Amino acid sequence: MTESLLPVDAYLVSSLPEIWFGAVVFALGTYVVLDGFDFGIGMLYATRTTEHERETFLSAFGPVWDANEVWLIAFGTMLLAAFPRVYSSLFADHYLLVFGFVFALLFRGVGPELREQRDDERWKRYCDYSFVGGSALAPLLFGVLAGRWAFDAATLSLPALLTGVCLTAVSVATGAAFLAAKSEPDLASDLRRYGVAATLAYLVGTVALLASAVATDAAGAAETVLSLPAAAVVALSIAAGLGGIVLARRGRYRAWLASALALPALLSVLLALLLYPTIYPPTGLTVRAAVVSPLALNLVTVLGFPVLLLVLWYFKYLYGVFSGPVDAEGYGG
Amino acid sequence: MSPSTLFSGVDPGWVALLSPELASRAQFGWTISVHILFASLSIGLAPFIIYFTWKDVRTDDERFARLRSFWVTVFAVGFVMGTVTGIPMSFQFGTNFPQFSAVAGELIGGPLAFEAKMAFFLEAVFLGVLLYGRERVRDRTYVLSSVLVGVGAWLSGFWILIVNAWMQTPRGYEMVARDGMEVARLTDPSAAFLSPRMPWMYVHMINASVIAVALLVAGVSAYIVWKSRETEAWNTALKLAVVILLVTAPMQAVHGDAYARHVQDTQPQKFAAMEAHYETDEADLHLLAFPRDVDALNDPRAENLVTVSLPRVGSFLASGGDFDAEVIGLNEYEENPPVALVFWSFRVMVGLGFLFIALALWGGYLTYDGRLSDSDRYLKTMVAASPLGYAALLTGWYVTEIGRQPWVIQGELRTSEAVSPTLTGAEATLSLIGFVGVYVGLVVTALYVLKWLVRDELRTLGADESVDDSWRGPLPEVSGDD
Repeated sequence: MTESLLPVDAYLVSSLPEIWFGAVVFALGTYVVLDGFDFGIGMLYATRTTEHERETFLSAFGPVWDANEVWLIAFGTMLLAAFPRVYSSLFADHYLLVFGFVFALLFRGVGPELREQRDDERWKRYCDYSFVGGSALAPLLFGVLAGRWAFDAATLSLPALLTGVCLTAVSVATGAAFLAAKSEPDLASDLRRYGVAATLAYLVGTVALLASAVATDAAGAAETVLSLPAAAVVALSIAAGLGGIVLARRGRYRAWLASALALPALLSVLLALLLYPTIYPPTGLTVRAAVVSPLALNLVTVLGFPVLLLVLWYFKYLYGVFSGPVDAEGYGG
Repeated sequence: MSPSTLFSGVDPGWVALLSPELASRAQFGWTISVHILFASLSIGLAPFIIYFTWKDVRTDDERFARLRSFWVTVFAVGFVMGTVTGIPMSFQFGTNFPQFSAVAGELIGGPLAFEAKMAFFLEAVFLGVLLYGRERVRDRTYVLSSVLVGVGAWLSGFWILIVNAWMQTPRGYEMVARDGMEVARLTDPSAAFLSPRMPWMYVHMINASVIAVALLVAGVSAYIVWKSRETEAWNTALKLAVVILLVTAPMQAVHGDAYARHVQDTQPQKFAAMEAHYETDEADLHLLAFPRDVDALNDPRAENLVTVSLPRVGSFLASGGDFDAEVIGLNEYEENPPVALVFWSFRVMVGLGFLFIALALWGGYLTYDGRLSDSDRYLKTMVAASPLGYAALLTGWYVTEIGRQPWVIQGELRTSEAVSPTLTGAEATLSLIGFVGVYVGLVVTALYVLKWLVRDELRTLGADESVDDSWRGPLPEVSGDD
């Protein structure tokens, strides 16, 4: 059937392995952008004391977090489909880190879902601990994992830890911006303070991270970090971060959200720069060496890319249905 | 000090427990066992949800609104549990069995990526609409969302079973050397992904999920009806579950028989383990088997079992009509799966399958007679039977998965070769303990949520909860104190 239609020994287009590298990073970046603000909501949730505000937070992310989280699975399975050796090394080499992360995700996920099932103060408190703890730990551990991957660094090294801190900070920034864009003015201006602080922390953290990467020259990162594209990404990040702060102060929350979401997206671009062409620095494995054979890649391309477009349409639809302001009752009628 | 040296010098029992292979297998087996409960809950509930949503939107009947809201909540909790238990599994191929991922990545990666992109997104996105969007989308879109959630759940099983079917009967690939490692290279996509095993597994698994959920719906409905006779909604749900069981339970037996013949053709070793058939010879069919002593539990050979058997009918069934056909025995192989686990799992699954047919027929007769909600005996039996569908589903899965050991890819890659060479026993054991603890917590919580939902439903119905003859069976007792 398909084999007669698809080239067996050549990629459909010669740059298909690079396109798939881009697609995998795109899935990862989308995950970090979308679930990032979910984590941020979870962490900011700890700052709320009234039931009304807490339920507003839960309503804001209720309809979308599950779908956002699926991007993680999309990333993992796309990595497996195109670069199985990277997938297997990445997760086998960071065993306990991966388990810490998936457990954090688990607690983040079940907390809010179970909270509403029972009207009991103590029960709700435990669910809240699970939600906040999971939301804080997940981006931290995921960041450390990404830092280890990109910089070939030890878990308890500056580049890895700073990547974790950066991802946590940027999650708080995007979470605050997302909530501010959706909630009443009083709540929004309160959230703005957290958002601005987190954005500044993120920018300082990123600069420190890149400086530490240059200083240790982990996985030959210095050359990439000092290159023109990386410098452009960093400049854009600083512009987006500072611009976002200005927008937030002026109360233009939707515009702030757009610039805040640009930060994790740019961070993913930076990761892509660091991982190309050596997609797995610890083994020196390149994109070309790690990619699957032409027939397999051609097949997942032909069948998979239209589906990916469909998925993007679902997301546009989902966010369209649940656009607009939210309160403790949900998205209203 | 590395974690592995931390545990060196401890007694041999510990060392065996800490073997990365054993711990990884136990961990994968355990996580998939829990995950499959929630995954099949989604698959089995999907038709109920679609039906209740459609009836609710169309008829505006309060009955269906109530059933829809109850079961959509169960679905949502099950889906979240399915997601959180499924994500670690998608990583375990990398963390615990990286050799398997590296060898088979080209064959399994595509279908798994499709599961995420085609099925999982569909389910997650439209579940968001189904749960939170009643006031924000049109009626038709709302019903369509329930359908898409169901399609997502069923497609998810489809892609997973494409992978599993390939692992059971691998085709459409060749082994090639790549950087000093033998890896599978895709040569024929249609052979690899449309393997003959796939439809067998899919029909059996989907039907098993529907049966398990129909029993759950029947059990919950029976309990509520038993507590509050006049509830029209739950009488409807009970009747619907019985009707679904009447169709699906007999179908599973017929299909299962044909599936077993297919297994005999393609995985004779597994078939022999299912029947504990050691010598290559004519095979009897053991209708019932009991161990004579404790040893026979671990080693179920004909001479140490009390069996009720039909002579040579095993041959007849395996060959499709020849009483004298030779059936390959386990002694032909150097290594065998843990025969006892496969043999007894198979017996439990088949025994339960026949029990479900009996329950369906009994319920069908009572419905025909107009006494379904009046028969205390039936209601209580159905409450007791509510977890049994899952027991059958799990034991069936054990037959499939344990039955193909020592292979992870049949005839190509052993499970022992698939395990991570860098994984230490301590890491594997630590994560195993973590998974056991957390997943037990999840299952218990899910059961409690179901209990609370039932209790709330009873309160709404105004049922007297403190009656003396309250149920003391497998469902947690419903009382007013919490």
